[in-house]
Amino acid sequence: MKRCRNLVEVGRRQFLRGSSLAATGAVTAAVLPSSKAEAAGNAALLTYPSNRLANLSDLTLDQPMDVSYPDDEAPGVLIKLGKAVEGGVGPDGDVVGFSTVCPHKGFPLGFNAETKTLNCPGHYSVFDVEAGGQQTFGHATQNLPQYVLRVDDKGDIYAEGVDELLYGRLSNVLGGN
Amino acid sequence: MAYKRQIGRLPIIPADAKKQNVTCHYCIVGCGYHAYSWPVNKQGGTAADSNAFGVNLSEQQPAETDAWYAPSMYNIVKQDGKDVHLVIKPDKDCVVNSGLGSVRGARMAENRRSDVTGTQQQRLTDPMVWRYGTWQPTSWDDALDLVAQVTARFIQKDNEDQLFVSMFDHGGSAGGYENTWGTGKLYFGSMKVKHCRIHNRPAYNSEVHSTRDMGVGELNYCYEDYELTDAIFMVGANSLETQTNLYLNHMIPGMRGDSLGKKKQELPNEAHAAAKVIIVDPRRTTTVNACEEAAGKENVLHLALNSGTDLALFNTLFTYIADQGWVDSDFIKASTFQDGTAQPEDAAHPCALGSLELAREACKMSLADGAKICGLAEADIVKAAEWIAKPKEGGVRRRCVFPYEKGIIWGNDNYRTIGALVNIGLLTGNIGRPGGGVVRLGGHQEGYMRPADGFIGRPAPYIDDLLIKGGGKVHHIWACDHYKTTLNATEFKRVYNRRSNLVKEAMDAAAGKSRAELVDAIVAAIEAGGLFSVNVDIIHSQIGQAAHVILPAVESGEMNLTSMNGERRMRLTEKYMDGPGAAMPDCMIAAHLAQHLERVLEAAGQGDYAKQFQGYNWKNEEDAFMDGYYANTGEIVTYDRLRAMGNNGVQEPVTAFEDGKLIGTKRLYADGTFGTADKKARFCAGAWRGLEAPGKTAEKEKFTYLINNGRSNINWQNWFLDQDNDFVIDRYPYPFIEMNPEDMAELGVKAGDLVEVVNDAGATQAMAYPTPTAKRKETFMLFAAPSGAQGNVVNNGTNTLILPNYKQTWGDIRKISDAPAAVKHLSFKSKEYKPA
Repeated sequence: MKRCRNLVEVGRRQFLRGSSLAATGAVTAAVLPSSKAEAAGNAALLTYPSNRLANLSDLTLDQPMDVSYPDDEAPGVLIKLGKAVEGGVGPDGDVVGFSTVCPHKGFPLGFNAETKTLNCPGHYSVFDVEAGGQQTFGHATQNLPQYVLRVDDKGDIYAEGVDELLYGRLSNVLGGN
Repeated sequence: MAYKRQIGRLPIIPADAKKQNVTCHYCIVGCGYHAYSWPVNKQGGTAADSNAFGVNLSEQQPAETDAWYAPSMYNIVKQDGKDVHLVIKPDKDCVVNSGLGSVRGARMAENRRSDVTGTQQQRLTDPMVWRYGTWQPTSWDDALDLVAQVTARFIQKDNEDQLFVSMFDHGGSAGGYENTWGTGKLYFGSMKVKHCRIHNRPAYNSEVHSTRDMGVGELNYCYEDYELTDAIFMVGANSLETQTNLYLNHMIPGMRGDSLGKKKQELPNEAHAAAKVIIVDPRRTTTVNACEEAAGKENVLHLALNSGTDLALFNTLFTYIADQGWVDSDFIKASTFQDGTAQPEDAAHPCALGSLELAREACKMSLADGAKICGLAEADIVKAAEWIAKPKEGGVRRRCVFPYEKGIIWGNDNYRTIGALVNIGLLTGNIGRPGGGVVRLGGHQEGYMRPADGFIGRPAPYIDDLLIKGGGKVHHIWACDHYKTTLNATEFKRVYNRRSNLVKEAMDAAAGKSRAELVDAIVAAIEAGGLFSVNVDIIHSQIGQAAHVILPAVESGEMNLTSMNGERRMRLTEKYMDGPGAAMPDCMIAAHLAQHLERVLEAAGQGDYAKQFQGYNWKNEEDAFMDGYYANTGEIVTYDRLRAMGNNGVQEPVTAFEDGKLIGTKRLYADGTFGTADKKARFCAGAWRGLEAPGKTAEKEKFTYLINNGRSNINWQNWFLDQDNDFVIDRYPYPFIEMNPEDMAELGVKAGDLVEVVNDAGATQAMAYPTPTAKRKETFMLFAAPSGAQGNVVNNGTNTLILPNYKQTWGDIRKISDAPAAVKHLSFKSKEYKPA
């Protein structure tokens, strides 16, 4: 939460200055990736790493946890919503993960726990984390990139894919195949 | 689940890709973009020297980077018959948008027809004729011959009154100077067709007669004025959603104070602060929310007045400001009419025009009366007056921009209301000055070049009503869809379907007959009450379902096209891809139709008349541009000269070509002379007179809910394409109707439920969107939806001069069904930005 508030302030300043940042607002991943998949040469699809982002026990209801995926330069959040939603994992189907870089112009999104939306201080876009990141209102031409998550029997949460192109990169896996 | 493209990687634009100028063709703002294209078997690389940006793309790029594009900005299209990659991305050096892309324009590439990626398969590729009980593709010559043969039976030299024409008059899209000239030359030059109407209204008239009559053209400022002003008085507009990058790139810097340096530099001899914002709208919009975030709530005043009472508000403000003496006396003396009445009220002028004194007398309204009629606090009206006009330190005149749009254009008493707003601008000296302007915000871009239309008369014929009453024999339609965007649409569709079906049945019965026999059969059906309908469009529209001949057009980018935006900025969009199949520019379709009419009339022994259809030997759209715009505007602007001006173009009127550059005009009326015979602006003497259009007062009394209506961020001037766009249709498969949650509870309606809106004019459907900020019994319905036309419930009563009054509509609401499957996954949360 604290971080998200900070990001809002960063975004506000950036918008005023009209300069740039994005991944610099960056985000040391709270939990470091424990493994990265080997790149598969000449594959038809982009090969995403399977990264451990957190354990279910690390999550608190409505408290977004800072993560990054598929690499340290791509900030995101895991959120436990308290109700089952599309794309949600875990025993309650309520854990989701999203990129927090606005797909419109790359400003850092802030989480509003009351509305359960990720909001952009740059140009006022709103994304609904309970509806697959659908842009409730805004200027991005895509809904918010959501992580494909897997939970193992120890409760470790792995990200293994992203369903939209991340802002600021023409390949979600930088330099990847 | 929300729609996701599942695209994790895009082809990289190579360093040697072709780069062309593009002005977004959707809305009035006209943001600059570039189209990059390159052969389909090539690609750039991440190394800085192998991509168009000269940037290492194996690294994460920062916010606002120029070196990124979304999947919606990419496609594979045909160019000179070959498949090419296409990226259309915002131009950071364009002064209009500075690299911003809206949710609409940033999908231009995705909204091109592609036979490779499968996008926009709804685009028409071939002329079609009603044949064998459905539409069959055919050749241009076959289709145009049938149109000319039937049309020629109902037009005579000096009497073309049986030919009805609906034709766009705008720029951008498939409009522009080329195409308005092509159609205009045919219908106003070769012919004098008085039974015509414009794409979005049922007559051929101005939407802003009064401001023009007052000598004030409606696009009189430049976008930079929002960065120079002390106040923005926005009326009936939701600019965050419908002029997005004008709002984000010019209004926001003005209201945040980002432009203070520019103010001090350009206007050094006065005090400056961030602009205050007054928004006049019965509804709390996302624009109000964003203004509060940007300017601070204390600097934003939302006047949520009673629907249709804008005239009373403006007259109250006008009275109060004049009484305080916060007026620009020197300007009024030098630049406005001084001697009483310049134009008396008559059938063509819904009120008198003349001097300030004349207007003060007619418009006089006390704070108490104004507040009561508008449902506002007197203190708020006073605050608005102070923000607009109370002099700054040292008695210096405040600057204020007065942007307005459909809230009053399609609202109550159009003529007097717009005139009353212009009154305040004239009173305070805010026209032709930096930080001023009383301006339309606009819908499409503009791009009007046609022969004179004075023969149509004023008030202009109410075409849709005449069609309902059996008028007209042949109907040519150019990119208009009455079925979605007219009033009294329930009745219009019922009658139009019946009349056009008579002709379809006759054509079915004449299957296999000769052309002459077919034409005779069609003519007989028309004489029996039928209507022959010719539809020129880029898609098979809803009114196109009634057509007998369908002619495929191209749009901007599939042809070279020139338009001007809301600050009169003219640009050339270069042709960057082939049109679909056999589709042609509208100007070329008009030219070929003229040539077929000439041939058919000649063969019918009407040689004199046939000669009127000569002069269309254009090879392409550039020839049409030279024949129309170039020849009629001082022979200055050519394609080559405009192309060289890039995405910043030149602001019209263009006055010269010097040192390799076109010289334009930053603001109109900067010299204090106006567009009247004596160069003096007029004040509008229009008193408040309640709901003016016939039937509105009775409808308000009879029905429970206000059915206010308008556009949304995502559904705007691009809806004709977006009805086939997965991202857009996923968000709103049905038109939303914003309702107060307590009203919904009363009706037993939940989020996403389908409801029917019904009144004496007809019925339509919408999807309930709970909106806590909505006033009780006041709804807002998305306008012009393919899956629920709001016009179905708008009665046939228009404002004087045949201006439709969509906004003042009342109806009852009842539930049709629970949320359909396509609706269940949607976000129904507040559209407002709420920081954590």
